[in-house]
Amino acid sequence: MLNPEQKLDIHSILKNLEQYRPKRHGWTWRKPNPQRIGPFDFKEVSESLKNSVPLQSAAFLNNIDPQPDSVITAEIASGRFEDDIRRMRMAAYHGADHIMVIRTAGQSHFDGLIEGTPQGVGGIPITRKQVRAQRKALDYIEEEVGRPINYHSYVSGVAGPEIAVLFAEEGVNGAHQDPQYNVLYRNINMVRSFVDAAESKVLIAYRDIAQIDGAHNANATARDAWKVMPELLVQHAINSVYSERAGIKAENICLSSVPPAAPPSPDLKLNLPYAVALREFFDRYRIRAQMNTKYMDSSTREATVTHVLNLLISRLTSADIQSTITPDEGRNVPWHVYNIEALDTTKQALVGMDDLLSMVGIKDEGYIVEKKREIQERAVLMMEEILEMGGYFKAVEAGMFVDSGEYPQRNADGIRRAVEGGIGAGTVVERDSNYMAPVTAHFGYNNVSQYDPSATDDPSRLINGSTLEQPDKIQYIDELDENDNVHLRLEETEPYRDSRWLKPEVEWLADGVVTMDLFFPAERKVAIEAAIKTGEKLNLEDVEAIHSEVLHPSEGTRVQIKGRVPFAIDTETLTIPEELDTIDEEEIFDYVKRHPMHVVAGTGGDDEHSVGIREVLDIKHGGIEKYGIGYTYLGTSVPIEKFIDAAIEMDADAVLMSTIISHDNVHFKNMQKLHDYAVEKGVRDRLTLIAGGTQITPELARKNNMDQGFGRGSNGHQVASFLVRTQKANQQDDEDD
Amino acid sequence: MNERRDDFKERRQHLKNMSDEELKTYFFELADKMVEPLIDLARNHTSKSIERSVLLRMGFSSPEASGIVDRLADNDLLAKGAGHCVYRVARDFEQDVRESGLEIAKGRHLSYLKEVLG
Repeated sequence: MLNPEQKLDIHSILKNLEQYRPKRHGWTWRKPNPQRIGPFDFKEVSESLKNSVPLQSAAFLNNIDPQPDSVITAEIASGRFEDDIRRMRMAAYHGADHIMVIRTAGQSHFDGLIEGTPQGVGGIPITRKQVRAQRKALDYIEEEVGRPINYHSYVSGVAGPEIAVLFAEEGVNGAHQDPQYNVLYRNINMVRSFVDAAESKVLIAYRDIAQIDGAHNANATARDAWKVMPELLVQHAINSVYSERAGIKAENICLSSVPPAAPPSPDLKLNLPYAVALREFFDRYRIRAQMNTKYMDSSTREATVTHVLNLLISRLTSADIQSTITPDEGRNVPWHVYNIEALDTTKQALVGMDDLLSMVGIKDEGYIVEKKREIQERAVLMMEEILEMGGYFKAVEAGMFVDSGEYPQRNADGIRRAVEGGIGAGTVVERDSNYMAPVTAHFGYNNVSQYDPSATDDPSRLINGSTLEQPDKIQYIDELDENDNVHLRLEETEPYRDSRWLKPEVEWLADGVVTMDLFFPAERKVAIEAAIKTGEKLNLEDVEAIHSEVLHPSEGTRVQIKGRVPFAIDTETLTIPEELDTIDEEEIFDYVKRHPMHVVAGTGGDDEHSVGIREVLDIKHGGIEKYGIGYTYLGTSVPIEKFIDAAIEMDADAVLMSTIISHDNVHFKNMQKLHDYAVEKGVRDRLTLIAGGTQITPELARKNNMDQGFGRGSNGHQVASFLVRTQKANQQDDEDD
Repeated sequence: MNERRDDFKERRQHLKNMSDEELKTYFFELADKMVEPLIDLARNHTSKSIERSVLLRMGFSSPEASGIVDRLADNDLLAKGAGHCVYRVARDFEQDVRESGLEIAKGRHLSYLKEVLG
């Protein structure tokens, strides 16, 4: 069992992998469980987690962390699977129970299984060792959060069936499998792709793996994504029906559906009828709601808004698996923080729209019904024409798919593939009448009866069980490349692993990457160069602009840059501010009721900043007033002497002085002055003096003779806790005297 | 495909009176027709990848499976099934499955297999 206070030890994950066996096979759905969480009734939620990080606003709501009813995906593949494991743990804490691993560029064309743990580009090489290590890590992580986590990758390319065997053996729970993806986007021969796909699918079926199709790629590829909607229905149908014929249960067939359009197009007007059309036709299957990637650029804010609209569509229709796209995907391979942002965006939006359909509904007449029907009819017409042309292969040859015209319009720019072309052309062989394969989960003609008629339904009996029944027969290869493997990478970063040395990081341990957000009162081109120069002058290395947006063509541009810091931080030289502990709220209420308390408060000296102190005082913000502590607010720019005079006059128990301005150390001087004046007046012993402000720390305040200080992020609960604790201690002293 | 204007309104005439349910049923009838020849093709064909996947399940590593399948393909034996060839050698020579496969990868038993499997 992992301890939330301790880092996951990658070395122990990599130990004894040759003996690791997955603890279960098959996909796990969340169980919808309407329930009361905190003071609210939720309809579309599942069980809460044992350990999690709630949304920030939960701090005001007893830290509740409702978990939506859909499975939620995080796509994590930075190129180094060992670093991804840490990210998976973070993702699970933020609500992911479906971890999808993107494959490295080029794996589709790799003729066989990749072994070992080479570094990837834009994803990771999927290998037995890597899959085992990640599945094993997820076994621990799922226990820690208290929810099964589905592990997922891709069964495609020219080695699909071998990958499918690997996944069936190693406890992979979800897989992309769609031969159309091979054909259209990877230029793998179509005959080979469909023949291989049936074998892959029967393996997927055998282990109850959830299958996701590849139709969403048409959105990303088509020139005008919303015009490809009729074709998407056709693509979904081809893979779904083919999968069922190969033996996958309908409830494990998931349609990968993306709302094709994004603002500034009228998003819902285009996407909602499509979402309805799809779900109406394909109600036997499951929906994996993907988010739009087609219209993403470098603005993470813009991507997030598009994705929230996608989530609205999910709530208005349905989503069995809710995918998340990181808002930085338009500019780089996703970073840690953006995976987490995407998960939080999803959780926040889905929980926020809980039970939406009990209040609003989709109209059953007018535009939405007509448009939905039109999309469906266009899809039907396209299928009719494909059959007239002589079937799927002929249609692909003619360039029927991913044309930029909305069917039946054609712009003659579709993807064309020859039936005898592409990678792996001419490699398919017809099975002879005595063809035989003595293994489990094999598709198609298999003449087992020539050897043992009684083994027809269990061909692997001929060899006393295949690896699917006898996992000890699996040949485990550790590493093949002595110059490119996890052990070398770990060695390199070892000085930073759970040590006193820290480097900032976006994706890999100690990568040193930082970002900066800058505004320049200049046109875009100038602003970008100025931003890069700024980074260089700050001694960042490899500085690059990753985002810019024009606020006005001449008045100014916002630029975000990234760069590497050339140093590490020695944590032993850091002064870590002490954590102010609180006491139970009920105890405070109870104490204050029995021992009424009064404080005087205000902003000291020439300081007009009153937001912080009001938050600490007002009941509206959860300030000390909430606990029944009385206060007199003296206002802003209060002369220091006035705090003490007022406290004497009102017989107050404490003074709360806010002091924000710090230039010329005026905040230190104010604190000292407050103390000195209280001493002068002979009340220092009976008055509790407290200073607060963004530049204050408890240590600094005490050094300047305050009883306590409260810095950035402090709240009324902490202050009230301190006041009660101090009063109690004073009482004790009095009794002792 | 040649360029074509959007003639949806003319083309849909035979669909417009169908109920939603009828349209859906028709859609999946067409899908079945499209898929039928594809699934038949898969049923009666195989590939190097499928055969390697069979050998993986018989306890070979990926590099071993490649060696065996390449050797069998070069000798026109893939249509018999790579797993079949390995099984047959193991059975007829009363030896271990892995040992038999590794021998095939080295080029042994090929003419025997051609002879007994036809």
